[in-house]
Amino acid sequence: MSAALVGIGELPNVRRSEGATTLGTLADVAAEAVADAGLSPADVDGLLVGPQVGETPQHVPATVAEYLGLQPTVSNVVDLGGATGCGMVWRAAAAIAAGMCETVLCVLGNTREGDPPRSPNRNPIREFDVPFGASGANTSYALIAQRHMHDYGTTRDQLAHAVVAQRQNAQHNELAVFHGRPLTVDDVLSAPPVVEPLGLLDVVMPCAGGAAVVVTSADRAAAAGRPVVTLAGAGEKVTHRAIAFAPDLTAGPLADAIHHAYRQAGVGPEDLGLLSLYDCYSIMLAVTVEDAGLCAKGQGGRWLAERDLTWRGSLPLNPHGGQLSCGQADLAGGMSHVVEAVRQLRGEAGSRQVGGRPLALVTGNGATMSEATALVLRGEDR
Amino acid sequence: MSASTAPRRPGPTPTPVSQPFWDAAAAGTLTLQHCGRCDAVVFYPRHRCPRCWAEALAWRPASGRGTVATYTVVHKPGHPAFAPDTPYVVALIDLAEGPRMLSAVVGCEPGQVRIGMPVRVRFTAGADHPLPLFEPEEEP
Ligand SMILES: [Zn+2]
Repeated sequence: MSAALVGIGELPNVRRSEGATTLGTLADVAAEAVADAGLSPADVDGLLVGPQVGETPQHVPATVAEYLGLQPTVSNVVDLGGATGCGMVWRAAAAIAAGMCETVLCVLGNTREGDPPRSPNRNPIREFDVPFGASGANTSYALIAQRHMHDYGTTRDQLAHAVVAQRQNAQHNELAVFHGRPLTVDDVLSAPPVVEPLGLLDVVMPCAGGAAVVVTSADRAAAAGRPVVTLAGAGEKVTHRAIAFAPDLTAGPLADAIHHAYRQAGVGPEDLGLLSLYDCYSIMLAVTVEDAGLCAKGQGGRWLAERDLTWRGSLPLNPHGGQLSCGQADLAGGMSHVVEAVRQLRGEAGSRQVGGRPLALVTGNGATMSEATALVLRGEDR
Repeated sequence: MSASTAPRRPGPTPTPVSQPFWDAAAAGTLTLQHCGRCDAVVFYPRHRCPRCWAEALAWRPASGRGTVATYTVVHKPGHPAFAPDTPYVVALIDLAEGPRMLSAVVGCEPGQVRIGMPVRVRFTAGADHPLPLFEPEEEP
């Protein structure tokens, strides 16, 4: 696959989006990404969207295409929770490589007015988790964290270090919901407990927002005259839906997905210059750095606590602040990790620009450590 | 919060496949499916075995014994109906027969729950849908 990520768009993360519609939000962020790519709407011949756009649970690609005035030759829903954004990028590249289209708009966005309606699910989670008081992702990640702490001695303090470092990064990101609100380790440790051992600041803040990426052929990307970011490798794996059926409570399908991406790219963890890792909960960062082979199994908490994870460090983690500081705009939250990696690899990240090798690992993680997609992105040598 | 103002608890949503599990629960028995082809013990209830895809799944009573694989003390529940119960313990239970199930640990203080703790099933009494909860196993 020789495809490039040529356009990015990202909206501010906000707690409430009064008056906005989901389709209108998608239009805003799509326009930003296509303009950023130096392309026009007529160039877009592929469209990837998330499930349940606004009130449209079916025919989502057609609805979005109609709204945007597109007539794509490839269109699809990607439904991988937090892995959706990463999952879109390699699917776009595959569609281009298959000759089905040349330029794909991958777009996610949501609105938020009051509490979202309860899911009408009648699935096994509704039958065998919800009646026990385990609704939502919070309990699942708390169960993961408790076991990780038990098995490996991981501490809340170690995880708090990563949360605080990301919050420092977010002070350079005006799109972050917590821009202007720095934190200390004590703040994280003394926050109200939500699902022990996780407290309020170990958990993402639900937001409204949007994120989009334009993927095109290497030829068209080279002609655009912008710094080129190439998809060097990808990997994906889905293992379960409910946490009770996870093959492993302290390691995820990301391990296989990341190592597949490394092999495709011909690189290893020692080659990376940037980590853009999915962080729905602080514990996910510890599990992911282990899954990525950055440290031995069980050492993720220590690894996070002993490094400078800010944009100034030798291997920065989530220089945009991660979702823990930006807020989680539903599935766009996962895509924000792709957007930030492209921004950084182009050298266009302003006051939080990282140095080091132009090679980024980007991860997406959905449901209860269930759906995993990893990308290795390569920028031009600086 | 009084019972009259608390939102209704979301009970189980049995399907034709899982109905025997909930019928047995109403009679105070934890049951699991056993595969006649590959000998897998299956939870949650399936139409076909998730290991070998055989349809030959038969219901058998389980011992009701297990151990706590991991747990969390819930302070802010995802569903408002559980607010009056906080703090309460949600746990993954490794059943003696092999499968892992999500449940709640009752019959002790939340701070007493430990990973590896032996537990035994105890069905909620008087509910529309008795649930298989777990309490600490008495020392032998
Ligand atoms: Zn079988």
